[in-house]
Amino acid sequence: MKITMAHGSGGESTSALIKDVFSKCFKNEILDKLEDSAVVTGSGKIAVTTDSFVVTPLIFPGGDIGRLAVCGTVNDLLMSGATPKYITCGAVLEEGLDIDLLDKVIASMAQTAEEAGVIIVSGDTKVIENRGAEPGLIINTSGIGFIDESKEPVGPFNLKDGDKLLVTGNLGDHHAAILGCRMGIENDIKSDCAPLGDIVGNLLADNIRVHAMRDVTRGGLGTVLNEFASASECNIEIDEESLPVDPSVKEFCGLLGLDPIYMGNEGKALIVVHKDDAQKALTIVKNAKYGANAQIIGQVIKDRSKNDDNYVILNTKLGGKRVVGLMYGEGLPRIC
Amino acid sequence: MIGDDIKAIAEQLKNYDGDEVRIMEVCGTHTAAISENGIPSMLSPKIKLISGPGCPVCVTVTAVIDKLVELSMRDDTIVLTFGDLIRVKGTNKSLADAKADRAHVKMVYSPMETVKMAENDPSHTYVFAAIGFETTAPVYAMVLEEAIAKGLDNLKLLTSIKTMPQVIRWVVKNGGGIDGFIAPGHVATITGSDIFKELSEELELPFVVSGFEGAQLLLTIYALTCMKGKKGIKNLYKSVVTPEGNVKAKELLNKYFESSDASWRGMGKIKGSGLVLKKEFEKYDAGSRDLDEDNMPAGCCCASVLVGKIKPSDCPMYGKNCTPDNAHGACMVSTEGSCYNYFVSGRK
Amino acid sequence: MCVAIPGTVIALDGTKATVDFSGNKVTAEAGLVDVAVGDKVLVHAGCIIQTMDEKLAKETMDLFKEIEDLMV
Repeated sequence: MKITMAHGSGGESTSALIKDVFSKCFKNEILDKLEDSAVVTGSGKIAVTTDSFVVTPLIFPGGDIGRLAVCGTVNDLLMSGATPKYITCGAVLEEGLDIDLLDKVIASMAQTAEEAGVIIVSGDTKVIENRGAEPGLIINTSGIGFIDESKEPVGPFNLKDGDKLLVTGNLGDHHAAILGCRMGIENDIKSDCAPLGDIVGNLLADNIRVHAMRDVTRGGLGTVLNEFASASECNIEIDEESLPVDPSVKEFCGLLGLDPIYMGNEGKALIVVHKDDAQKALTIVKNAKYGANAQIIGQVIKDRSKNDDNYVILNTKLGGKRVVGLMYGEGLPRIC
Repeated sequence: MIGDDIKAIAEQLKNYDGDEVRIMEVCGTHTAAISENGIPSMLSPKIKLISGPGCPVCVTVTAVIDKLVELSMRDDTIVLTFGDLIRVKGTNKSLADAKADRAHVKMVYSPMETVKMAENDPSHTYVFAAIGFETTAPVYAMVLEEAIAKGLDNLKLLTSIKTMPQVIRWVVKNGGGIDGFIAPGHVATITGSDIFKELSEELELPFVVSGFEGAQLLLTIYALTCMKGKKGIKNLYKSVVTPEGNVKAKELLNKYFESSDASWRGMGKIKGSGLVLKKEFEKYDAGSRDLDEDNMPAGCCCASVLVGKIKPSDCPMYGKNCTPDNAHGACMVSTEGSCYNYFVSGRK
Repeated sequence: MCVAIPGTVIALDGTKATVDFSGNKVTAEAGLVDVAVGDKVLVHAGCIIQTMDEKLAKETMDLFKEIEDLMV
């Protein structure tokens, strides 16, 4: 069965779709009331975020748009030092979308929300006309989390001289998985789409002095490093030798002339910690869910006097230095 | 980590204090490999690396892009291309701009996909944007072999294929004084290293064929520094490069292509520096001959950068109104372009 | 200008080879070079352009030999 314009009309078809696909999976006390707004408990400092998710194909090795939509928003809240609690789901469905496919995606969303410890408290669906390609789906999720005000604030402005940088695992998996599908290159690369609550929760619970965190998404590690260097007005030095990249992803990048440092993930973070806590932080992350391949990759240098406009420097395996600049363009594969 | 023997070479290159040596890296993939390995930071300031015209995207004239854009806007035609070419501007538009205007442009990994697509969809004509040097030209020859074997009428190439020897001669004649060449490793896989031996004899300059790993490149630069200004050839990529190259590939090239004059972006027409489809295979040509017009943006110095007359940072537009996000000349558009690499790696 | 990396031929079917690059499998045209399963090959734009001598590829000592007449 396919989505038709009637499913977006607000009438009986819409009610049936919500009941048979969405409510069936997102069962909870708050959503079941089906009110105009979800009224929830909580107070103190609130973190709020929103993100929209568009991906082709909708189901890819290692995940799907539903899992992506939950992880993306949950991770954004975690990166601000908040405990994610509630998310919303706005779904725009293209006419012709297969309902079985939608079922799978929504079930995955529910499963991921449970894994991440969040409740989906509000939602909306709309149907739009097919644009001529494979019928798709756009999901927006907004998220609310709560900040523990007894902890130091966490943010990109907060990097201190001597801080160590830690990456929670292998770079580029998600981007390589999606691009591999689109370019017909057969491999076992899976998207690393995952919620980072275990990693972040364990670090904060053990009183690690975390100064900044950001999940590594579009634009890859290179982009995050530049954002941090700019916000904190510091230099960052990293070692090529220590960057964790799966050999399969490395070769995939080699085939297409891409650089793993600019390839996106959906389940990895860059975490900046006080230098004295770095080794302990590494052990904690390695023992947490989704942190097995974590590495310390570099340090922060507050003194910018030597480096003109080049803020992020990579020490190459060969023994040279190069600048990791902003990523330009879409990171298109080059062959020639 | 690199071995002690390579470290010793690196040490010597850092401390080199002889006469200035100007080495040209002809191939764009070498430019990228040199930047990625941080090699410029490892050299004495007396060893200068200059990026040459071996970037097929960079040297494509506006007329070729304009033709591709026009083809992509036809209802019955689909243009297939490699990644970087999509962003190069023609007189007004790039293929990316055309795509945003609903033109038919698709990015593929291999030109061989053109055959499959043409076979599965007889209602459209599939045109591959066939740019490249001697490394890629045999791939286009394979595309034609298959298309002919399958009796396909709806597959064409829009060719802008360039070759090395004539442009190297041109660079030496018109460029900014080169003491030695890092010979393109993958071109040499096809052509063989003997063509560079001939060039070396004729131009009385050293050529070293190099692979793409950091250690190979350091040794190559070391060798060229030692051989500065004297004729000589070394092959440091013997695992894939032989004196005569890939004979089968060369034969296939000769079957379908013939030498022609070619227009290089910002450099003008260079005699005998390109390949075109032979007249008997005209039906597979999407209109490649005589695409010479080159509407370079005013103020762009790509021509001088491409032959080593000036550094990218010497161009008045570099980093100001010409950046990777807003590229005027093709040297800044392509990730193998000299200006792009200088900009993103902080090379000075 | 020519991104090409070495892989291993794991299957051959006429002029089509399946080449493995650390777990990435690509169908490459094998019409330009005589290849056999197990060969290490250089692939450019979906085409095998040359076989690779693995021993030579690994040895930097061979590179040093090539330039020993230049070394002080």
